[in-house]
Formats: sequence, C-alpha cells, structure tokens
Amino acid sequence: MANLGAMAQNGAVLVAHGVSRRYGEGDAAVDALRDVDVSIEGGKLTAVMGPSGSGKSTLMHILAGLDRPTSGSVEIDGTDITKLDDDDLTRLRRDHIGFVFQFFNLLPMLDARENIELPLAIAGRQPEPSWFNQVIEQTHLGDRLSHRPSELSGGQQQRVAIARALMSQPTVLFADEPTGNLDSAAGTEILDLIRRSVDEAGQTVVMVTHDPYAAAVADRVLFLEDGRLVRELVGPNADDIIGAMKELTAR
Amino acid sequence: MTRFALRGLFTRKLRSVLTAFAIVLGVALVSGTYVLTDSITKAFDSIFQNVYRGTDATITGRNAIDTNASNAGGGANTPSFEQSLLARVRALPDVKAAIGGVSGEPHLVKNGKAIAFGGAPNLGFSVDPKYPQFSSLKLSRGAWPGPNELVVDTGTANKKNIRVGDTIGVQALGPVKQMRVSGLVKFGSAGSLGGATLAGFDINTAQALFDKRGKLDDIRVAARPGVSPQRLVAQIKPILPRDTQVRTGTQQAKKSANATNSFLTFFKTFLLAFAGIALFVGSFVIANSLSITIAQRTREFATLRTLGASRRQILRTVLIEALVVGFLAAVVGLFVGFLLAKGLFSLFDSVGFTLPNSGIVFKSRTAVVAILVGVLVTVAASLRPAVRATRVQPIDAVREGATIPETSTPRRRLIRSAGLTLIGFAALIYGLFAPGLGTGGVLGWMGIGALMIFVGVALLSARWVPSLAQVLGWPAVRIGGAVGRIARENARRNPQRTASTASALMIGLALVTLVAILAAGIISNFKGAVDALFKGDYVVTAQNNFSLLPRVVGKTVQQTPGLTTAASVRGGDAKIFGKVDQLSGVDPTIGQTLALKWKAGSQAVLGSLGSNGAFTDDGYAKKHHLHVGSPVSFETPTGDTIHVVIRGVFKPPAGGSPFGPITVSSALFDRSYQQPQNLFTFINMRGGESAANQAALEQTLKGFPNAKVQNRQKFIDNQISGLKSTLNVLYVLLALSIIVSLFGIVNTLVLSVFERTREIGMLRAVGMTRRQTRRMIRYESVVTALIGTVTGIGLGLVLGALLAARVKNINFTIPVGSLIAFIIAAVIVGLLAAIFPARRAARLRPLEALSYE
Repeated sequence: MANLGAMAQNGAVLVAHGVSRRYGEGDAAVDALRDVDVSIEGGKLTAVMGPSGSGKSTLMHILAGLDRPTSGSVEIDGTDITKLDDDDLTRLRRDHIGFVFQFFNLLPMLDARENIELPLAIAGRQPEPSWFNQVIEQTHLGDRLSHRPSELSGGQQQRVAIARALMSQPTVLFADEPTGNLDSAAGTEILDLIRRSVDEAGQTVVMVTHDPYAAAVADRVLFLEDGRLVRELVGPNADDIIGAMKELTAR
Repeated sequence: MTRFALRGLFTRKLRSVLTAFAIVLGVALVSGTYVLTDSITKAFDSIFQNVYRGTDATITGRNAIDTNASNAGGGANTPSFEQSLLARVRALPDVKAAIGGVSGEPHLVKNGKAIAFGGAPNLGFSVDPKYPQFSSLKLSRGAWPGPNELVVDTGTANKKNIRVGDTIGVQALGPVKQMRVSGLVKFGSAGSLGGATLAGFDINTAQALFDKRGKLDDIRVAARPGVSPQRLVAQIKPILPRDTQVRTGTQQAKKSANATNSFLTFFKTFLLAFAGIALFVGSFVIANSLSITIAQRTREFATLRTLGASRRQILRTVLIEALVVGFLAAVVGLFVGFLLAKGLFSLFDSVGFTLPNSGIVFKSRTAVVAILVGVLVTVAASLRPAVRATRVQPIDAVREGATIPETSTPRRRLIRSAGLTLIGFAALIYGLFAPGLGTGGVLGWMGIGALMIFVGVALLSARWVPSLAQVLGWPAVRIGGAVGRIARENARRNPQRTASTASALMIGLALVTLVAILAAGIISNFKGAVDALFKGDYVVTAQNNFSLLPRVVGKTVQQTPGLTTAASVRGGDAKIFGKVDQLSGVDPTIGQTLALKWKAGSQAVLGSLGSNGAFTDDGYAKKHHLHVGSPVSFETPTGDTIHVVIRGVFKPPAGGSPFGPITVSSALFDRSYQQPQNLFTFINMRGGESAANQAALEQTLKGFPNAKVQNRQKFIDNQISGLKSTLNVLYVLLALSIIVSLFGIVNTLVLSVFERTREIGMLRAVGMTRRQTRRMIRYESVVTALIGTVTGIGLGLVLGALLAARVKNINFTIPVGSLIAFIIAAVIVGLLAAIFPARRAARLRPLEALSYE
C-alpha cells in the first residue's frame, strides 16, 4: 500500500495510463480506445460522454475490470488491475467496485432486501445495520424491502440496484446509463440519489451516459470521440454539455 | 449463496419438476426392485421357517451333483432313500420323534382340467397327523387323509369350489386317480402359499402316487429336551447310509431358501440393470435441461460475477441446485417405488399368486441406495453444465445476447467425441470376442463399451442433426407449409440442443431395436431348427412347454390307434467334464421323427446307441476333443458314474436342438435316474396331421391333464410365445427409459418456447393463429423425436449385427415390422411431448410476448 500516500496527494482513486483496446485482428481490427489517460478523483461524480461508438462503454468496462486493455494500465487503490487473475479480480470487485446497470440486473427470485444484501452475502459478510438503514433511508426503499423486482417500478428497481451497489461501500461505483431505461421523473430521482451519495457519503462515482441532463449533475465530464479523450468540462451545466456534444458531432 | 440457489429452483418450479421427473422414474425402479425382492425373500424365508417348524434335524438324500433345480417343497430335488432308515433314527437315544415324508408334484384335476394358477407350482407331500409338531399345515375343516384321500389348501378349495367329501382327480407319475377330499388345510396362517396348490396324502398313498414305494425324501427329527440340534446331528451322522445327509433344521431352511434367493438375486440384478438404463437416459435429460437453463441465465450469472461471486461460487450454486433437485427427486422416487412394489403385490394377489403375509419389507438400505443413486446421477449429470456456467464472463452482465464461450474448437470436439465412440466400440468388441472372459467380464466390457458409444454418438450427432432434420422435416413442410418450415428450422437452429434432446430417446430406441433384432433372430432360427429337424406329425410336451412329463405319458400315447411312432426325449442333470449339464436320453425310434445332420456317424446311430453309446454335437465335440470312439463318463444325481462311447457327432441347426451336449439311449438313461422323465414325445401318425388324429391322441392322453398334443405349427407357436412374453417384459422395462426421454423433449420444448417468447409474439403479431403456433411446436417435437429414433435404430442395427456375429444361435435379421412400429411410436411420443409446451406457446399474447424482457 505504498501508493496510498501518492493517491492522497492528488486525490485520485482510479488512474488509467495509456489505455488502448483493439477488437478483432488484421483488416477487421477496430480500435475502441486509443491511448487514453484518465484519473478519477475520490469523492467526486465523474461522467463519461460521447457519441455512440466513441468508446465510452469500453472505457468503463476496462476501468471496472470487466474487460482488459490491449495495452496500458489501470490502478484502483494502487493496484494494477490489468495484471490480476480471476480470483484477485473477484476479490477486487467485492472490496472496491460497485455496479449500477441500465437494465438494473436484479435477481428476479430474490426480494429487494435480499438483492441489496447479495454482494455482502457473496463475500460472506454481515450487513452493518446502521449503514444498511442509512442506505435504505437514502433510497426510500423502507416499505419496498419485501417486494420482488417484478413488483417494483423501473425507478424503484434502479434504487434497489443503487442500494445494492452502495452496501459494500465500494472504492468506485460504476453506473452504466443508469437512467437509460427510465422515464424522466424516475431518471431525475435516480440522478439525485447518485448525486447525494457523492455529497453525503463521499462515494466516488463514474457514470457513463449519453444524456446531457444526466451528465449535468457530474462534477466533471469527460468527452470521448473515436476512442480518444478529447475534452473535459468541470462543473458544467446542461447547456455547456450540449454545446460540447454538438461540437463533437459537428467535427 | 445457498439461499440464492434454492430460491432460483423455487422460481423455476416447472423446469425443476420436469428435470426431476427424469430421476424420479429411475429411482422408483431402483427402490421398487429392492422393496419387491426384499419382501419376496422375507416371504419365502418365513415359508421355509414354517416348513421346518419343530424340526431340529433333517435327513435328505445326497445329491451327487449340485443342481440348480429349485423346489419350494424342499427335498424333492434330492434322490430318495430307503424307508428303513426311519426306524434306525427313531431308535437313537436323543431322538424324541422322527417322521418320514415324500413329496412330488401332483396335478389336481377337476372336471377333466388340471388346476393351475399362473406359473405357481403344484406341491404334494405326505402328512402324518400323529406328529402335529412337525406340521406346517393346520386342518381347518374335515379330517386328515386316510388311504386314497387327500387334503387341499383352503385357497385352492375356495377358488375351485372344492368341498370336503368331493372326489377329485390326482395325477402325478401315473394316470389320473380319483380320490376323496377328506379335509381342507391352511399353510401357517395363510390360506395358501404363493398361489401354489397344496395337496396332502397319507404316506402310503403319497409313495404310490410319486412312485416312491418303500422310499422317503426326507426324515425330520425332533430332539429330546436339552439336546442341541448340533448334538442331534452328530448322533445321527454315524448311522447314515452313503446316499443321505443330515442338516439342522435351520441349515435346511436356509438351504431350501437358497434356490429361491439365487433366482431373486438374478431378478434383482435384471431389474436394476433397467433402472440403470433409465437413470442413464435421465442423466442425459438433466444435463440437457440444465445446460439450456444455464445458457438462458447467462446474464444472471454474469451479474453475480460483477457483484463479487467467484467461479467456485457459481459452480457451487449450480451444483447445490442439482443436489437439491436430485435429493427431492430421489425421495419422491423412493416412495413411488415403494408404491410400485405394493401395487405389484396387490396385482399378484389378484391373480392368485398370494404370498404369505409377511408384509412389505422396507430396509434402510433401500432408502440409502435410492437416494444416493438419485443424488449422484443428478450431480454427475450437472457437472458439465455447471463448469460451463463458470465460464460466464462478468462483462456478459452488460451485453445483449451474450453466449457462453466454448473451450475447445469444433475440430477438437469432433476428435474427442469420435474417439470416445471408437473406444466404446473397441471395448464392446473386446467384450464380445475376446476369448476367456467370464460372463461378468463380457457383460462388463459390453456395458462400458455401450455407455461410451451412447455418449460419443450423442456428442457426435449434433453434426448430422441439421441434415437429418432437413430430411425428416420434409413431411412437416409438405403438410404444414410455412409453419412446418419454421418448425423444421427451429429443430435445426441449435443442433447441439436438438441432438442432446434426441439422444435420450436414441438410447432407448437403440436398446429396443437390439432386443427386436435378437428376438427376430432367435425366432427365425427356432423355426428353421424345427423345420430342419422335425420330420414327425405331433409333439407332446407339458402344458407350460418346458416342464418334464412322467415316462408313462410316452408309453400311454402308444396305444393311440393309427400311431406309427412315438419316440421320447428324456432330460436330466448330469455332471459331464466336471460341469453340471443336461443329459438327454432318446428312444431307438427317434430317427423316424427327427432328422439330424451328421458330421460323423449316421442317422442309424440313433437306433443303435444300446447300453453304452452316446452322441454329441459338433460344438461340444470340438470343445472337448471328442470323435467317434471317444470315451465319455458322467455322474448322475444318485452318485453313479456312467461310462459311454461316442458313436456319432451331429451338426445342430442354428436354432439349437432338443438335446443336451451328450445324448444316450433311453434305456441307459432310465437305469441311471431314479425318476426318468420326458421333455418331448415326437409322434408319427398314419395319415399325418389331421383333426381325427389330433382328437385320437388327446383321447388317449385324457388321463394326463398336464400333457399337451401339438402339431408342428402349434409347437413352434407355443415355444415362441414363451419368448414373446419375455420380449414384452423387456419392452415394458425399456419403455420406462423412453418415457424419461419423452420428458426430456417436453423439457427442451418448454425451455425453447420460453426462450423464443419474443419471436413467437412476433409471429403471432404478423398473423400466426394459435392453432398454427401449436402445430409449429408439435412438428418440432415430432422432428426431434424422429431424429432420436432414426439415430437409435441405426445404432441398434449396428449393435445387433455385432451381437449376432458373436452369438451362434442368432442370425442377423432386420425386424422391419417392429422398426416401423417403433417409428410410429416415436411420432406418438413426439406428439405427446408437444401437448404441454404447445399449449404454453399458444397461450402467449402477442403484445405481452413482444414486450417481454
């Protein structure tokens, strides 16, 4: 843990160096990412934006250890995750990474409480009651805990998914188009929830989205195009983001 | 995690139940077999304990050769001995009482017809009311029998309406004698004994009836108080003649039970083999359903991985599911088997085969074995799908339509499955043709080989499924048009899945085909053998086609007007070249009714065997290096050694001959056996076969209700009918495996319908009717069933050809009629399997189906 000091200095919990990702071989090869450097600050909400095919999803997959870069390194909490084997990656996910998916990915046979407690159950840990209560209160799920996913609305399901991700207090929470499958009211609610988890609990969040209004809640927005990091806005509002996107698509 | 696995099972109730069913049937057969055989064993043990009640020691004749003949009456399969021994036994100091008895198989005749209940034996024995302590019979009405009287068991009396004072016919070794029924008896507490007819006589009547004048079959001895059976036996031993032996009552009861027990052991192994086949087929069904389910749950497993689940945890989840399904299925199977055995007992009861009421025996071993087998088979079958589940990548949680990657290339898979098949064939061929393997070795190698072949072909068959479906789906396309075409393509789109589903059916069909081939081969050979050998007009056999008939039948029939030849073939056990085998004896005129093909010697040998001649078949001659002039000796049950010289070697037809390996003259045979009996009497009549001749023969044999006069065709039919009922038993047992595979098809279709919900909704939205939807599923089901059937029949033909090449009594014959019947049956299986999934598919509403996620 020698890197802890360095991290504390610049506040970055996740650092990617020269990350490239190539799919396929020869003529059919596609470069989804080209030499991307990113550092994600702790306790901040970072949004990743870009037109479709820009590589934003690939970047998130690699940062989260779901996919391996063709070259480059990714450090979470000082560990280069691109070098880890399956067992170590599994352990990394338990301790450091939380996921929120576009399609919620709740387990249909478990009720809300069981879904929320699942990551801890997998890791063989007991939920800490005070933290559990705090998360449930934050996500307003108190009266929905015994419901199965099929008995919940989309917004409620995503709240369960966020609660599940927050339970293990991950170093980084990755949200993949968290509002992509929700109506705007529910979407706003979810964004609000994510924002508050950053503000109130100091949660680090990386969110991939193509929605400028969603990205507007971020502390910082990264723009990708053709697999390259092309621009960065700090504390933007929706209009700034729309403007930046327009510029990207216009080029 | 465990909770997650169990909860998953519960939400997929239908799938779990369908999967479990594959195990339930197999386990039910296992537990049913144990319960049934344990209960029968216990029943017989209690019978023999009852028979030897109050007996401290038993003296019987000594059988010089250890025959396998079983006789529930005990003692009758040992030679009789001189009655004078009884007085000497009674004179011994420690003997409190002793009783001598004879036994035999008398037929009770009422209104000219022999009384028989199924295949149950007719037991007859002497009774002595002066020594009630030895009797297992209780008088319930009338009196004990005097001279020319008998007592009958109440069960038989009730069923045949026999009353005390009636006169009925009794026939054993002589013609029918009319006797008065003096009383009715019960065996122990039960009215009867396993459906057998029981008849008790006084000793002199019994001796006359069974042709044992001045002889006894056994002496039962009770010791004075305080004398142990062992001491009693020690005291009796010195006075015994060479041809007798003594055992304690307990030893004798055990010895008598042994014969039934060895049959039951065979019966048990036989049934368990079929349970094994059903479980093997079941394991295919489980493996297949599970791999489909796992493919459908890819995103679920991926999500678990993103939440920090390790590969091991995924493996464990799947295996726990399998464990629970296997356990529950095994428990259900255990009880279904118990009910099955109970039902069979009631069935026995209703057809008259009543066993003494010792109750159903449920040993803890039955439960342990059944549950262990169920769980192990399920878990073993789920190993491959479980390992596949661990290959799900976490990233699949965010991918649409992710599939589980294959670990090896198609080429390597082909090499592996082809290799497995070839090794299987090698093992099978080694088992069939390698010299010097015992029965166990042969069956072991064949079993392992067949197992590998089935797995190998199942894996390989994915390759030819698309083209097979193309061909077999042709009628569906013709009849169903577009619907038929979609159905056919559905069967082809996932060859691995269709192949695995069809493979379960393939195994059953391959075995059924094999049985049909063997049966056809045996039947055609038997017909050929009769045609080649039999030159006579009629044959007399026992009613059941295989029991022995007393010699007097062969003599009596000669009085028939118009008869020109009556030549009998006797049969008995003898020890030849150190092995118990069948010895035959033939009348000198046999050559006029049978024509043998001679390799050495000629047809004239048959008439001139004399007092020391014998003939043998070419196979036996080769094995023991015999030729004309070779001396052969054999030992008879009474311990006499007989020396003969080979006079001829004949070549039996492929279907066998009525003779054992060594045949002597009937004169010599009769000198060597205490009670020589006939297997067949072959007859020539003036005018050949005619209704009048048949009637004349039957008239002469009226006094022998157990004798049956048959012309050539009837003889063939009767002999074959026995084979056919055996065949039907095999078909019924294999049908269980086919039912299991039917559930496999149901399962696959249900899962496919579930998977194609959106697609079916689309088809419905563009105008497919419910009827057409149902038909689409039905066609797919039938095509799948046909793929399994065709592959199975093909494999069955190959296996049948191999087996026929090895077994000399079987010609390879393709049973075309049976095969057509199997194909029709397969279509029916397909239609049945489709009922439920088709209904589910038709019930989907277009809109809901489209919005399904």
